[in-house]
Amino acid sequence: MTVPAGKYGVLMGRTGSGKTTILECILGLRTIETGTIRLADEDVTRLNPAMRGVGYVPQDKALFSKMTVREHLAFALSIRQASNSVINERVDDLAESLNISHLLERTPRGLSGGEQQRVALGRALSFRPRVLCLDEPLSALDSETRKQMCQLLEDISRKEQVTTLHVTHNVDEARQLADCLFQLVDGKIEPLETAIKTT
Amino acid sequence: MSDGPEADRDNKSDHTSAARNVSVSNTAFMVSLGIIGGTYVSLIVAMLVADTWYMAEKSVNAAEAANSWTKLFVENPIAAALTDRKIRYSIWLSLTSCTLSAVFSLLVAVPIGYLLSRHQFRGKRLLDAVLDIPIVLPPLVVGLSLLILFQYRPFAWIARDVVYQLPAVVLAQFSVACAFAVRTMKSTFDHINPRSEQVAITLGCSRAQAFGSVVLPEASRGMMTSFTLAWARSLGEFGPLLIFAGATRMKTEVLSTSVFLELNVGNIEAAVAVSLIMILAAVTVLVITRRWGLRDVTV
Repeated sequence: MTVPAGKYGVLMGRTGSGKTTILECILGLRTIETGTIRLADEDVTRLNPAMRGVGYVPQDKALFSKMTVREHLAFALSIRQASNSVINERVDDLAESLNISHLLERTPRGLSGGEQQRVALGRALSFRPRVLCLDEPLSALDSETRKQMCQLLEDISRKEQVTTLHVTHNVDEARQLADCLFQLVDGKIEPLETAIKTT
Repeated sequence: MSDGPEADRDNKSDHTSAARNVSVSNTAFMVSLGIIGGTYVSLIVAMLVADTWYMAEKSVNAAEAANSWTKLFVENPIAAALTDRKIRYSIWLSLTSCTLSAVFSLLVAVPIGYLLSRHQFRGKRLLDAVLDIPIVLPPLVVGLSLLILFQYRPFAWIARDVVYQLPAVVLAQFSVACAFAVRTMKSTFDHINPRSEQVAITLGCSRAQAFGSVVLPEASRGMMTSFTLAWARSLGEFGPLLIFAGATRMKTEVLSTSVFLELNVGNIEAAVAVSLIMILAAVTVLVITRRWGLRDVTV
């Protein structure tokens, strides 16, 4: 499976087919026995997850309950010991792009599903990752919010110019977002037709 | 099989009747639960009320005998206990030793609880079982085992400074309280989504950074519960203390030992007064745990 740089790849598969496991391998959270994982021509197969530069939005969002939205967006840059001005600029920029500027001082508790999803997306994008991995990011949203999030994902991936791998079992979602589409069947990844975007 | 409105009416009637039956049996069930639970709750409340009533009765009798109601406030058994040098020492030692024991318990419970909750390793079930031993062992056996342990090297080298000395008080309390703290911390970490930690690692954290900046803050309420449980458990510890630290007045005497010593000399008023002080401390801890700690931790 190869996703060209800056493109939006979608991996489809049934529930339990191993989509999340593949993401975990790319993220380095799970070791692989055979094969290689290359990001921008660099072999990262044995690289520590922290060194891979892959942003991750898990299915359950896994927000940090004790942190404010601002702290979520600043977290990765704080770990990298970026200066306050750089952090603030990035946080404000992301918050505006994701339309969560009004939520910056709130904690995840009480945020709607869509708002939490945007915070998780902002947290993953904050350190300008080489690749963004999205695990069923729209599965728990109602149809209206899902449409809005689809549009947001499209806009933000274009704006950030980040290579994205989005796993889902939803065909409509895949059609709207994918530059290249893959399917996971019986443990094997097969490319489907490319550039099937309907928009 | 009948059709039409009549049949519908019959069916509705059957359903209503069934629902009523369920309702009746449910009421009986709830009443049974209420009686069983209420009996135990009544026993707990009755014990506390009896202690307080006994103390109030003795105070009023003393005031009536002295024909001075002002003495009700200055010469009641609790006031007398609080002015007794020996009891004040045991209060001070209890507060200090329980706090030290709870701090040590938390320092041990956090890493062990995390290890048990997050990692699979050989011997995990054995470790899990070993950690339950202090909970199920009779308290006297814990004390005796500690005493025997300090007969052998390397513990024997420091036995003179530990056994029947102040460190023995803390060690005896810690030996039991820590097991409860570990159980609480394991349950706390079980409740924290491991995915948060994984996300933190993908954001650039080392394992230690992810633990310190994401897991520990999320575990703060559990740590509070763990600390207070260990503290309360240490306060109530008696058996291991008696065997391993002794019951020397003004030396290794804590509140539970004071109750024992006062009872031994027939001073029931003082024993009940110290018990009430312990109840007050325990209730305070309980309130703190309920207010700021986890409410759904299973130990």
